[in-house]
Amino acid sequence: MPSLCRNCLTSFEAGTRCPACRSPRVTSHPELFDLTIAHMDCDAFYASVEKRDHPELADKPVIIGGGKRGVVSTACYIARIKGVRSAMPMFQALKLCPEAVVLPPRMSAYVEASRAVRALMDTLTPVIEPLSLDEAFMDLSGTARLHGHPPAVMLARLTKRMQDELGLTGSVGLSHNKFLAKVASDLDKPRGFSVIGRAETVEFLRHKPVRLIWGIGPAAQEQLEAAGIRSFNDLHRWERDDLAKRFGHMGERLWHLARGEDHRRVSPNEPVRSISNETTFFEDTSDPDVLDGHIWRLAEKVSSRAKARDKAGRVVTLKLKRANHKTLTRRVSLHQPTQMADRIYRTARRLFDDVGPQGPYRLIGVGLSDIVPATDADREGDLLDPDAEKRARAERAADKIRARFGDEAIVKGRSLR
Amino acid sequence: MKFSIERGALLKAVAQAQSVVERRNTIPILANVLIEAEGDTVQFRATDLDIEVVDRAPAKVERAGATTVSAVTLNEIVRKLPDGALVTLTENGQTGRLSIEAGRSNFSLATLPKEDFPVMASSEYAANFAAPAPVLRRLFDKSKFAISTEETRYYLNGVYMHVSDSDGRKVLRCVATDGHRLARIDADLPAGAEGMAGVIVPRKTVGELRKLLDDDDTQIAVSVSETKIRFATPAITLTSKVIDGTFPDYTRVIPAGNTRRLEVDAAEFARAVDRVATVSSERSRAVKLSIDEDRLVLSVNAPDSGAAEEELAVAYNDERLEIGFNAKYLLEIASQVERENAVFMFNTSGDPALVREGGDTSAVYVVMPMRV
Repeated sequence: MPSLCRNCLTSFEAGTRCPACRSPRVTSHPELFDLTIAHMDCDAFYASVEKRDHPELADKPVIIGGGKRGVVSTACYIARIKGVRSAMPMFQALKLCPEAVVLPPRMSAYVEASRAVRALMDTLTPVIEPLSLDEAFMDLSGTARLHGHPPAVMLARLTKRMQDELGLTGSVGLSHNKFLAKVASDLDKPRGFSVIGRAETVEFLRHKPVRLIWGIGPAAQEQLEAAGIRSFNDLHRWERDDLAKRFGHMGERLWHLARGEDHRRVSPNEPVRSISNETTFFEDTSDPDVLDGHIWRLAEKVSSRAKARDKAGRVVTLKLKRANHKTLTRRVSLHQPTQMADRIYRTARRLFDDVGPQGPYRLIGVGLSDIVPATDADREGDLLDPDAEKRARAERAADKIRARFGDEAIVKGRSLR
Repeated sequence: MKFSIERGALLKAVAQAQSVVERRNTIPILANVLIEAEGDTVQFRATDLDIEVVDRAPAKVERAGATTVSAVTLNEIVRKLPDGALVTLTENGQTGRLSIEAGRSNFSLATLPKEDFPVMASSEYAANFAAPAPVLRRLFDKSKFAISTEETRYYLNGVYMHVSDSDGRKVLRCVATDGHRLARIDADLPAGAEGMAGVIVPRKTVGELRKLLDDDDTQIAVSVSETKIRFATPAITLTSKVIDGTFPDYTRVIPAGNTRRLEVDAAEFARAVDRVATVSSERSRAVKLSIDEDRLVLSVNAPDSGAAEEELAVAYNDERLEIGFNAKYLLEIASQVERENAVFMFNTSGDPALVREGGDTSAVYVVMPMRV
């Protein structure tokens, strides 16, 4: 069976240890050198960057996240042994692992590390689809002749270089489509290298739960469970038409996924679908003034991201999570797309007023979707709101000041609340 | 209940009633039409709880009575019956079905009890007046295109009908706006309308009302209260709730200081706008108007799809001006202008433009420019 040593990158035919360096870090699979779609996921990315930059933390449990009321954003593997998971409330994490070192996120450091990883990936293939700072799909079809090695070898080299040159580790999933590659990368974390071949696909999925599918959240899971679908095996029993009838577009996709088929391409320029920001409060609040301040700050963040990408959106969404973790979402379609903080804020604020007093809330979020190029945005004034144009000019002027003197150079009083 | 009626009369009455019925209904009775036969008349009543329409048609009533059946199904059946057929509707008390017979066709429809049918509470109308159909037709036809569809600004989702002043004269005025364009249409104030409260007539009601206004000779009896409006002809009564909200102060939106005057042939202008807008692929097609001494150049520049330009001879003698508009808005406004030339009054390229028909101030439109 084709085998590869991830330590010294030697390829060989059989054995549990590398014949060259005697390392046990060997991956063997009949289709190892034939598969081309990969998913690379950095291991505990934020925590790993912190440990790399602060060597004294290397053998301590590290949690990245914010504040007393915040949630865990990333936990290192030492903290994970104690049961700490991402998205867990911080107080709970600290109960499980009181000795943990909690650090606030340093996004700029992570962005830089992510760029360095990306630069290494760029040497493998031009077809890279990043999903976030710490994970990406890669399509290495047709690169074997260029590199002189099959994709598996290049991927093993990638993780080795990440470790040697950047001090970061990652896990690779290699398969024949995106869905399975993503599933595979999660099978053997950290520093993993997992392969799902064509021959074993259906058998591999058979007893797996459907929540394995990326994009099947709790709500979709509930829907599926109501139809008696828990595992891929259950899914397999459904006729294609019945699935489509019951679940619409998702049903069609499920039918394919049940058979391990996923025809989505790895697309390097995945269009931006939405831009959103949210914040979790230190303490639950229903104070409209405090919430208004948050709506403004979030609107401003969303707006500045939209402006940075030269995008605008037609739909504004407001998300509120109540103290009992129930989420309320309200959205409205605008007459014309916008990228202006003022319009996003006013629209979100109106949605907030329409919700009525349902607080206290623990989280609030503002988003922009139905994304279009910025040239289509904010081109028409509003007869009934003649001051809008004046406010828009003020906002553009403030943007210019920030571009020149920094983000803090000019802020609205509203954002200080 | 048993009566016979000519197919044409039945179709007219049922068609009007069923158009009020909402297609998707959670309350089954609202999908039905209430049929009441008495004397020599049959009444068809349908409602969506906001609008109620009652249609009356002459019929040969053998047995008085009332029942309800699916409005859509009844309409479909009657529509498919041959023209000129005599239709007999009989309610069978035992089976609870309504049978419909015409020639050799026989239908039997499920009914729901007439007692369950929600009849709109009658109310006191503070103002009652009569207006000829063509007057109301003009007021609503020329303003309805500007009604907003934005749900968050629900108070703009209708036509604001109220009494106002124009050059020291009282007028009946209809205004609609969506914040991007505005239409303000005036008519002579009919006797009896003086004390009328200003009401916002919902979009759907405006649509239903249109069907009452086709005949030029009809006088429409209009009754208005703070919460409801009623339009009635001898055959049809349309009652609607009005939108519970405050229409914004539109008067400050209408520019008074615009001095640059452009006069164009409305039809020619509309055709040219339509032609150049073809190349634009955006949802809001922006057309640029470059105006110079007696010359107007319409242009569209869509970087992704192409460009277009057309020149028109116009009357203009002011400073050179470049201003952009949404093509759809220009077309809609230009199509309102029927008899004379369209007159545009501009200020700067950032200010709203005023449009009217020749010197006629009884129909005025305002349109917001667009960045081009």
